[in-house]
Amino acid sequence: MLGRSSKAAKVAEELSHYGGVRGRSLARDALQRFLSNKAAIFCVFFLAAIVLFVLFGPALAKWNNEEIDWAVLGDIAAQGMPSVQSGHYFGTDELGRDLYSRTIQATGTSLMVGLIGTAMALVVGTTWGVTAGYLGGRVDSIMMRIVDILYSVPITLVVILILVVAGRSFTTLFIALGSVSWLTMSRIVRAQTLALKNREFIEAARAGGVSELMIVVRHIIPNLLGVLIVYASLLVPDLIFAESFISFLGLGISEPYTSLGALISEGAGTMGYGTLWQLLVPLFFYVSITFTMFFIGDGLRDALDPKDR
Amino acid sequence: MLAYTIRRLAGSIPTILVLIVASFFLMRLAPGGPFTSERPLPPEVLANIEARYGLDQPLWKQLWDYLLNIILRFDFGPSLVFKDRDVSDIISQGLPITLTYGLLTFVVATVVGVSLGVYAAMHHNTWVDYLAVSLGIFAQSLPNFIMGPVLILIFTLWLGWLPGGGWNGGQWPYLIMPVIALSTSYIGSITRITRSAMLEVLNSNYVRTARAKGLSERSIIWRHTLKPTLLPVVSYLGPVFVYVVTGSVFVDIYFSTGGLGQYFVSAALTRDYSVLLGITILYGVLTVIVNLLTDLAYAWLDPKIRL
Repeated sequence: MLGRSSKAAKVAEELSHYGGVRGRSLARDALQRFLSNKAAIFCVFFLAAIVLFVLFGPALAKWNNEEIDWAVLGDIAAQGMPSVQSGHYFGTDELGRDLYSRTIQATGTSLMVGLIGTAMALVVGTTWGVTAGYLGGRVDSIMMRIVDILYSVPITLVVILILVVAGRSFTTLFIALGSVSWLTMSRIVRAQTLALKNREFIEAARAGGVSELMIVVRHIIPNLLGVLIVYASLLVPDLIFAESFISFLGLGISEPYTSLGALISEGAGTMGYGTLWQLLVPLFFYVSITFTMFFIGDGLRDALDPKDR
Repeated sequence: MLAYTIRRLAGSIPTILVLIVASFFLMRLAPGGPFTSERPLPPEVLANIEARYGLDQPLWKQLWDYLLNIILRFDFGPSLVFKDRDVSDIISQGLPITLTYGLLTFVVATVVGVSLGVYAAMHHNTWVDYLAVSLGIFAQSLPNFIMGPVLILIFTLWLGWLPGGGWNGGQWPYLIMPVIALSTSYIGSITRITRSAMLEVLNSNYVRTARAKGLSERSIIWRHTLKPTLLPVVSYLGPVFVYVVTGSVFVDIYFSTGGLGQYFVSAALTRDYSVLLGITILYGVLTVIVNLLTDLAYAWLDPKIRL
């Protein structure tokens, strides 16, 4: 009789399948926190839409980015405006080129700069910071001294210097941005490595006979991931800003390639002639990208680094 | 404190030296010089010009002379493009202008950002707070080269209230737009930094004690929380200075204010190495000094740091 009720049976079953409650990993916790941040999720979708636009937008274009529409050239303000009929969805630029195609190309450039620059910063910054922090001593002080020196120069000006010296091209631009973008990353990584390297689990690994290299690869770097993701996501808008800034000054990549900064600069130059779309379209894309990236970065920080609140 | 200052100053000398040497060699490695033109100059003429500017000397000799001139006479050599103008002339002409609106930007961004941040934190989780946070992020994604054209569009083209550029001895109508354009995105970030620092302080135990004692909210904010709140803001001022310096390049170009940035960009386009090098070194030295000052301010604000 005793313990035959359905409720008791349920309890008994739960007890016998001990372990039914699974522990949640830190990563899962973080994901949960990020998913419940509505603003950040909205921004992820918005950014995804922009990426899709860059990837598949050209399929809808009636003009490519270099063609000049001679029909509108004399009278851009009246005939070059955005319209579906003429096929210039975003209008044309001052030279009669299709702004839709050029915006897609420019947005692509900006996104590429953000991604590749951040990837370079991740690789160089992590290597540099982990090496300095883990080895310590004189190596550490020399390596960090180099970072200090590079830090004391306004970084965008250094990028301009490199572009002047090595010639303006995509490769130079990436190398120039990559060569200065890793500084903050390396400082953060070094600080984290210093905090980690004297912890018990590292000592345990060493006592267990794990080689130093393996300790770094298997124990230090995985513990840096959260911080790395947060700072990488905040670095992307910084780099997009740097590149657009340089292009705005006319020192970035040259025609026929273009970037959002160059388009904004062109639009700003012609806004007195009644062709306001030339300014507003690239401006909208620039602000949308950096705005969403900031929100996503913030969301990631809240999710991965909750004590920073 | 004095010993620390001297130690830091001594420590920054090698930094500045390395900066000069590195940028010197970077420049000289560049293909094409200021005298490369469409029509190649006859070799004799080129040799004469190079002798005039000392470019025919061995590299180490050029570097040594350059260093000595900077240290002894604050002389960055002649401009390679503008005849009869020294880099020092250009600097002494452009720097006061850049510093004027640069410092103003600094002050505006800090004062507005800190006030907004404190106000938002005092009204935590109300609509004021949310508005301040969203505006902060929005302002952060409005860098100078976005704000510049937008401001000119509104205030010069549409409303006709402000002049679209120029300097005119730094009269205030010419200062407003450069300062707003430069400060907007830093107002955003300073607001957010201040807000989260203030929230942390407001939740600390000693503030609760102060409240329990019955102190007025006003005196808690002014006497007890403002100083610790400013700590992270102060450590952010170094980077802000670097950004303002960089942004001044945009302002000088876009608003034709005649500051150093204008010379920097035209030197970059014409490969005027000596001007480029002089301005980079100057900005590097200024950055080192500002970083030193912020560290000192930090030490003064933070009772935990004993020098």
